[in-house]
Amino acid sequence: MDVLALLAEGFATSLSPLNLMVVILGVTAGLFIGAMPGLGSVNGVAIVLPLTFIVPPSSAIILLAAIYYGAMYGGAVSSILLGIPGASTAVATTFDGRPMAQQGKAGLALIAAAVASFVGGTISVILFTLFAAPLADVALAFGPAEEFALVLMAFTTFVGLGGDDKLKTIIMICLGLVLSTVGLDLISGQPRLIFGDMPGFYSGISFLVLAIGVYGVGEVLYTIETSKSSPQVTPAKITFGELALGIKAMGRIWKTMSFGSFMGFFVGMLPAAGATPASLMAYGVAKQTSKHPETFGKGNIEGVAAPETANNAASTGSLLPMLTLGIPGSPTTALLLGGMVMWGLVPGPMLFIEQPDFVWGLISSLYTANFAAVLINIALIPLFVWALRMPFTVLCSIVLVLCIVGGFAPSQKMHDVWLIAGFGVAGYLLRKADYPLAPLVLALVLGPLMEKSFRQTLIAEQGNVFAFVERPLSGTFIAIAALFFVLPFIKYLRKGTRSGIAPAE
Amino acid sequence: MAYTFTRRVAMGLAASAALVATTATTALAEGWKPQKPVEMVIMAGQGGGADRLARLFQSIIQKESLSNMPILPVNKGGGSGAEALRYLKDKEGDAHTIMATLNSYYTTPLRTDIGVNIEEFTPIARMAEDTFILWVNADAGISNLDEYVAAVKASGKDWKMGGTGTGQEDSLVTAMLEKEFGLEMTYVPFKGGGDVAKNLIGNHINSTVNNPSEQMGFYKAGKSIPLVAFTPERLAAFPDVPTARELGHDIVYAMQRSFVAPKDMPAEAVAYYTAMFKKLSETEEWQTYTSEKALMPAYLTGDDLQAYFMTERDKHQAILSAMEGNS
Repeated sequence: MDVLALLAEGFATSLSPLNLMVVILGVTAGLFIGAMPGLGSVNGVAIVLPLTFIVPPSSAIILLAAIYYGAMYGGAVSSILLGIPGASTAVATTFDGRPMAQQGKAGLALIAAAVASFVGGTISVILFTLFAAPLADVALAFGPAEEFALVLMAFTTFVGLGGDDKLKTIIMICLGLVLSTVGLDLISGQPRLIFGDMPGFYSGISFLVLAIGVYGVGEVLYTIETSKSSPQVTPAKITFGELALGIKAMGRIWKTMSFGSFMGFFVGMLPAAGATPASLMAYGVAKQTSKHPETFGKGNIEGVAAPETANNAASTGSLLPMLTLGIPGSPTTALLLGGMVMWGLVPGPMLFIEQPDFVWGLISSLYTANFAAVLINIALIPLFVWALRMPFTVLCSIVLVLCIVGGFAPSQKMHDVWLIAGFGVAGYLLRKADYPLAPLVLALVLGPLMEKSFRQTLIAEQGNVFAFVERPLSGTFIAIAALFFVLPFIKYLRKGTRSGIAPAE
Repeated sequence: MAYTFTRRVAMGLAASAALVATTATTALAEGWKPQKPVEMVIMAGQGGGADRLARLFQSIIQKESLSNMPILPVNKGGGSGAEALRYLKDKEGDAHTIMATLNSYYTTPLRTDIGVNIEEFTPIARMAEDTFILWVNADAGISNLDEYVAAVKASGKDWKMGGTGTGQEDSLVTAMLEKEFGLEMTYVPFKGGGDVAKNLIGNHINSTVNNPSEQMGFYKAGKSIPLVAFTPERLAAFPDVPTARELGHDIVYAMQRSFVAPKDMPAEAVAYYTAMFKKLSETEEWQTYTSEKALMPAYLTGDDLQAYFMTERDKHQAILSAMEGNS
């Protein structure tokens, strides 16, 4: 096959000693950058970008892609161990990763994250290899109406979640949507909800600030309260037996992982979406379709695997519009695109034809980067777990410091640090009152996208609301969304009748 | 998800760039030199035309060692550049901050009350004027301006023109088109030029006035057709595309790509940056880029540049008030 021949040639590029070294270096650096709260793949790629002049373009993009990949793996580490999302893409990983760590299963959670990332990365690279060209057309078919329908679908997966109180979920989504409107209006440029004239609110509320507040600070407060004066040390150790056990456990949830991969790849491929919404959506779907949705959020391994497969798959997916259409699907790919312009490459439909060495060298390096990342990650797990042996009193202060640093670093505004403190207290109180926090975070991520696409569609269709259902693609998504919304009720009814018919069970 | 550069990144970048730059010597070594990394504020978000161009400047400066300190691009795209303008205002007297501008440099302070007077800023250099072309999808069956006008007239409000935010460059060009030909289209705002280009190819909108660099990839693949250029003369990269002026319609509009600095930047620093951009404008990379991407190189500096800014601001004031009068 043509594609395979090209890929083989690509491997000849990516397996050269220089490029292999570059991959290992990039993945390791990315792993640590991703694991640091506040530093994500964007920062990692930005640091290294100017360095790439000293190597040929194909090695340069391989290095950047390796960092990007490594950071996706690394983001899970602090999400699981400390409950602070290491990067925006790893927020969903805290939902179940942190509870697992508290139950002494940090090692298992980390293995799950690594294996899931590997599966997600690999499946998506295969999809990329085989279908890059036709999939570019799918990305093109996505206009504002389709974007809106997709986001709506994401929300319904959360409303329909089995375990939580539906009313509370809807309240939290609404709260998140309100928070997402803070800042300058996308279309008219007028400031909204800036509380008088606080310049800090001009750029809106960063979703990482909210996540660090409610999950990082809120978690610390909650743990201080529950542990009272007797600080608990999380018994965390890792053995080869556990490793084998972990990989075995992953085999049982292949369905969740393969679904997460496809979904992540698909969502990541859409310009403007990216890995963060993809991971949140995959989490929602995993919970929705699970037989035991009530165990999610309390340390279910599937709750770690789903977002981790999806965020890695999405990071590959977002390379697709970047290469084929010249449109970045995420902030990091925007930087990669900048790099390509620097090296004199023109992204767009012709890139595959004019620069096959570059494109296929990059694609094949994703295979090697994935492989290197999973090995390095698993090798480092004992080191990560060792960090948890610290007494809680020490760990808790470290977590708080990291929260503040992580919140301050991206914007360098004290404003965001105060917001984190406020969100921390609010998150703690909401948690005590049993309000789910995931929908809040999801709404802040997807809110701006939803509002923008909704308004664009209405402007373009001159106020015709039916445009959303008239278009085949968006109509399908809306139908699926409606199905998701009613699914829990159907489940509930079926359960009701079954127990009614056979009460002896 | 507003990512900007962190201080830690800044230090990392400084360290890494130092590795690259130590061996090279700067031709501008005499007199004042930056003492720390220079912040390059970008008035737009990541990935758009303005951002890509700013990063190209940064990379050329780095590659050719035009500055002894690294240049750090910082995106402050909120509110059509309002965020960046406010930021620069607060940097009064600073010698290590420069800002890459586009036309929202005039329009944003005119449209929203953000307490910024651009007359106070220090002009550094204008690097180029970016051009605007009218584009349609290759499947639309339109090959010249007359057919375009006829098609828009036939569809009326159903005709969707895509562009950047309302009140920004694309919408101004659209308003001029509407006025000249007596058209009425529906203007759909998007977040950036790349997004606009993609939506044209996906047939979600009917036409755009993208910069050539934003449509170049699709144009080369035969997916979009340029109808008319809003430039004084034909573009070398598009020799077959007529200008509006040739066809008897006086619509000329350009997007300036310049650099400005905060109020009261020390004179030595201004001289340093002016010389740096002068060098940059002479590099081979920049020359190649402008011809390939159909930009008009237009180096201008000092008082001439300030005078240019003021004339342009008045022009935009006129266009904006005409637009508001219409709607």
